[in-house]
Amino acid sequence: MLAPVSEVARSGQAAIPLFEARGLTLDYVTERGTVRAVDAVDFTIAEGERLVLLGPSGCGKSSILKAVAGFLEPSAGSLSLRGSAIRGPGPDRLVVFQEFDQLLPWKTVLDNVAFPLVATRRMKKAEAREIAADALRRVGLERALDSYPHTLSGGMKQRAAIARALAASPDVLLMDEPFAALDALTRLQMQRDLMDIARETGLTLLFVTHDIDEAVLIGTRLHLLSAHPGRTITTLDVSAFDMRDLGTAAFETVTRKVHAALFGKAGGQS
Amino acid sequence: MTDIPVLDALQPSSPRRWRDALRRLSRALWFRRLVVLVVLAVAWEVAARWQDNPILLPSFLEAFSAFREASLNEGLLTAAAASLAVLIKGYVAAIAIATLIVSIAAANGFVRDALQTVAAMLNPLPAIALLPLALLWFGLGEVSLLFVLINAVVWPFALAALQGFESVPETHRLVGRNYGLKGPAYVRQILIPSALPALISGMRVGWAFAWRTLIAAELVFGVSSSSGGLGWFIFRARNELYTDRVFAGLATVILIGLLVEAVAFRGLESATVRRWGMLR
Repeated sequence: MLAPVSEVARSGQAAIPLFEARGLTLDYVTERGTVRAVDAVDFTIAEGERLVLLGPSGCGKSSILKAVAGFLEPSAGSLSLRGSAIRGPGPDRLVVFQEFDQLLPWKTVLDNVAFPLVATRRMKKAEAREIAADALRRVGLERALDSYPHTLSGGMKQRAAIARALAASPDVLLMDEPFAALDALTRLQMQRDLMDIARETGLTLLFVTHDIDEAVLIGTRLHLLSAHPGRTITTLDVSAFDMRDLGTAAFETVTRKVHAALFGKAGGQS
Repeated sequence: MTDIPVLDALQPSSPRRWRDALRRLSRALWFRRLVVLVVLAVAWEVAARWQDNPILLPSFLEAFSAFREASLNEGLLTAAAASLAVLIKGYVAAIAIATLIVSIAAANGFVRDALQTVAAMLNPLPAIALLPLALLWFGLGEVSLLFVLINAVVWPFALAALQGFESVPETHRLVGRNYGLKGPAYVRQILIPSALPALISGMRVGWAFAWRTLIAAELVFGVSSSSGGLGWFIFRARNELYTDRVFAGLATVILIGLLVEAVAFRGLESATVRRWGMLR
């Protein structure tokens, strides 16, 4: 099941990339002056590819994701989706945030998932609800359709948020450490389920994390960043690894290699 | 505790069920309020009988029969209806005006600072203090009352609403912007529902301000329309030394206030923010 996706990814790389960042530079204006968060970062995402931005805190990976989503204006460089420049936020780049309160408390789970479809006037409410119910079934939440978010556990909330993003079928799905606030067992289950969904739908993903294991599991390609300001260290193809490789020698070798690239030393000193 | 054996005798199998039912009852809000009201009424009755001076302090039962009598023959209910009609007109207008101002302020930093300054200036000023000015500008009549009423509601509600909008979580904002929501759609679909707990509490404060301001205004200048309001009823009863009717009028003010609080605002809360888990 893994082979077709990576083939799609490879053939996609040959054509125009779905998403492209060129010389992306991001600055924050603070009271003490301008602080550079990201300095001249280049990357592309091909159709069906899962690119993971990986780096220590302060490497600007979340800022890059915010810029891709359109929340943050680049001070230099360009961002383009299907060849046209990005201007402001839009439903073609939906975000799954880390925070549990990303579901709107005044809507049921079903209406939350249908909301992007209705809000963007892409379809009527009844039609949107059908698609939303399908998406919720896919993440295993068919029994919580009519519940309000405050009655769900953290893991269920993140599942619903993923369903909401899937239902709107964005060109690129953006995920900002979506599993960081979950307990270890739930996180593992969620990673497994996300991989299943990725395999079934061939979604294009930009995923931000500081967890090396997670990055190697989820990504087809890693983009490693150094901190203060965020600069590209290297990129790495990890499409060969999935959940079954967790704990194998090959997997350990790759994570050690990534660790060395990030922190400049061989061996796990995490 | 002594009546438990009796209950046991009636329902030998379920003394615990009775105790649970009692405990649940004692936790219900309406029951606690009822207890408070009964205790106050008894204390009032005892104090009045001990004082024994109906001109200064009529007993609860006297006030109650005056209430019944005045409702039937003296136009207490029409007076209450007249007051409520003015009140609702002013209240709705004030909420609409404040919502408009706050919506603009939520989008524009300068308007926000201006609103905060003006509200901070006018909020501590008792709205009733504007009545002489209103009489000068608009003359004797409903317009003056409405002017004072709107002033009493707009500022506290605007401050509460503004604070509510400002405390909308960043994640809610980003989610709304992520779907490309902008302008009025963004305000209506993200900001207002997310700030609803603060909005309702602002409406509640505004309601209390409106009610007390209106009664005070009616007390000062009396007739606001052809029938006159509750304040006017109280004022007239005092002039004629019908102290029991004064009490009946005051009780009507309190009862309407309680009723609106318990039915309208509580109902609105449990249908919305409580159901959504935004308020406990």
